[in-house]
Parts: sequence; structure tokens; C-alpha cells
Amino acid sequence: MTVSGGETVLFWVLAPLMVIAAAGLLVVRRAVHAAVCVVFVMISLAVLYVAQEAPFLGVVQVVVYTGAVMMLFLFVLMLVGVDAADSLTETIRGQRWIGLLLGAGLASVLCGVIAQSTFPPPQGLAEANAVTNPVALARVVMEHYVVAMEVVGILLVTAALAGLVLTHRRRIGNKPTQRALAEAKIAAVPTGRHLSPLPAPGVYAQNNAMDTPALDHTGRPLEHSVPRVLRIRGQQREAAELLTAEQTLVHRELEGPDDPVPSVGPDSSEGETR
Amino acid sequence: MELTNYLYLAVVLFALGATTVLLRRNTIVVFMGIELMLNATNLALVTFARMHGDITGQVLAFFVMVVAAAEVVVGLAIIVTIFRARRSASVDDVNLLKS
Repeated sequence: MTVSGGETVLFWVLAPLMVIAAAGLLVVRRAVHAAVCVVFVMISLAVLYVAQEAPFLGVVQVVVYTGAVMMLFLFVLMLVGVDAADSLTETIRGQRWIGLLLGAGLASVLCGVIAQSTFPPPQGLAEANAVTNPVALARVVMEHYVVAMEVVGILLVTAALAGLVLTHRRRIGNKPTQRALAEAKIAAVPTGRHLSPLPAPGVYAQNNAMDTPALDHTGRPLEHSVPRVLRIRGQQREAAELLTAEQTLVHRELEGPDDPVPSVGPDSSEGETR
Repeated sequence: MELTNYLYLAVVLFALGATTVLLRRNTIVVFMGIELMLNATNLALVTFARMHGDITGQVLAFFVMVVAAAEVVVGLAIIVTIFRARRSASVDDVNLLKS
């Protein structure tokens, strides 16, 4: 069996990219980026499987690994928080260098093993795959690995149950009724809670976005009209800045002599909300 | 091209996965490193199957995939449970038994 030239090219194109993506797992800070790196490695592996006369495994790789496993990873990332970046502080001193050294040592030892051992001349799977690859695989599984198949089935059922049990949350107290919630709200009014819903973010002549606060009846910006997440991130915009921008625009339109558009009236020049 | 090139690739991927497990602190990224190691062994198994002309290697890789799927379900469920209890996905914060 000889390896075709096309496969050689495929290997030398994919292998460096895969190694770079796998190394990206070490470097990137955000878990989502790491997940994308792993997805790339897995899809490339599927391509290599198909090139290596294992089309069934290639398909299973895409369906199970990239389709199910990595999507599960992304779901858990969403639950845990996409922003959960890694901390940079080392708890064990010099852990980074020790880890890199161990990894390089492992790679060199295993490479040495491969270099030292003699392999038989490659046989190829043309003979075994004569009845198509899935059929050949099924014959081996059903002839020699029936018990293993059954055990794996039990394992999958157990894992599904474990997933259910581990993520199940038992309610500790009684579920609060609507009446209890309403009474708690009323009781919290003296401590500064608003009974009404929170005001919507501001709508200005030139700007209608979630990050701009609304104005109350005296013209002061209402901080709590901006969503809490934006406030925590420090992404809210100042109302004063927008109002001055609108004032300058109004002035420019009033003073512009050759402006064909009728200038904005004084009522709307306030930039008033709703 | 020799088929051993695939084995070298598998070894490099395995070592990178192992280094990820050693270095990273985010549990989910550590878990991805484990997945990478399993995938690397699968590549080695598929290559061995082709080398020896015996399809049993592919069957073994298939079983590895099934076991990896089960492992991911349980592992991620544990991570979610720990996150709920401790509000953290870092392996350094799970040191309750230490003191």
C-alpha cells in the first residue's frame, strides 16, 4: 500500500494547522476561543479519518464530537458564563514552566518510542473495506465485541442518568406564590423600592439605544433606566453629552442660512424623552 | 509519506492536550484538553488499523468515542454542580478538603 500524493498534501496542510489550533488551547484566555480551537482540531481529524480509509469514523467524529460534545461544552460555557476568563496568578510557583517541560518531555518520549519501533509494511484496508467500511466495522463489533457493546450501552444509560441526577436541583423552600411576592414588594417600599416597573431607556432626537438613560420630569437622567448589566460593565452613555450634541445640532440648523430643511422647532430641541 | 507521520501528529496532539490539563485553571478548558488527548489516541488507533490491515483498530476508536461521550456528560454535569455551589469554574477554588 502506498500513500497517495493527494493524501500527503492533505496531511502536510492539515497537520500544522491542527498543531497550531491545539497549541491555541494553551494560549487563548477565553474558554469560547479554546472551544473553537478544539472544534477545528476535531473537524480536521474527521477529514484525516476519511483519508485514512475510515469514512464511518469520520462521520461519527463530526456528528458525535463536533456536533454533540462540543455543543455540550458551549452550552455549559453559557451556563457558567462566557466571560469566565482564566486567572493568570500561579498558585504553584513555576507551574507554567514545569508543565511545559513535562509536556515536551512526554512528546519527546513518545516520539522516541515511535522512532525506535519497527512497523510492518503498511497493509491498507482495501481488503477489509471490500464490503464497505460500516459493514466491516459492524461485523467485527457483532462478532467479537458483543459484550463490550452491551456494556457500553449500560454505560451510556448510566451516564444519562448521572447527568440528570447531578444537574437536578431540589427546591429547598416552598415556591413563593404571587400573593407572597406582591406583599414582599409592598413591604420593601419604605426601603426605597419602586412599585412601578423600571423606566425604559431614553429616546432622543438622534439616539434611541439601551445605553442612554431616560430623563425624569425635572430633566435629570434616571440612572436605573439603563439595564443593570450595562451599568456594571460601565457601558452606559451620559445623558448630558447627548443633550449637548443635540443642542449644537439645533443651533447649527437654526443658523444655517442655506439650509433647505426647515429647522427643528424649540419643542423638540429639548431632546426630551418620549 | 510514511504512515508514522500520523503517529507523530497524534503524539504531538496528545502532549498538547496533556500540557493543557497541567497548565490551565478553567475546568472547562482542562476538560477540552482531555478531549484532545482522547482524539489523539483515536488518530493513533485509526492509523494502526490501516498499518496492520485490521479493522479492529477502528472498532476500538469507536468505543473510545462512545466512552468519551459518556465521560463528557458526567464531567460537565459535575462542573455545573460545582459552579452552582461555589460560583467558580476554576480548579484552584475547589480546595474545600484542604483545610
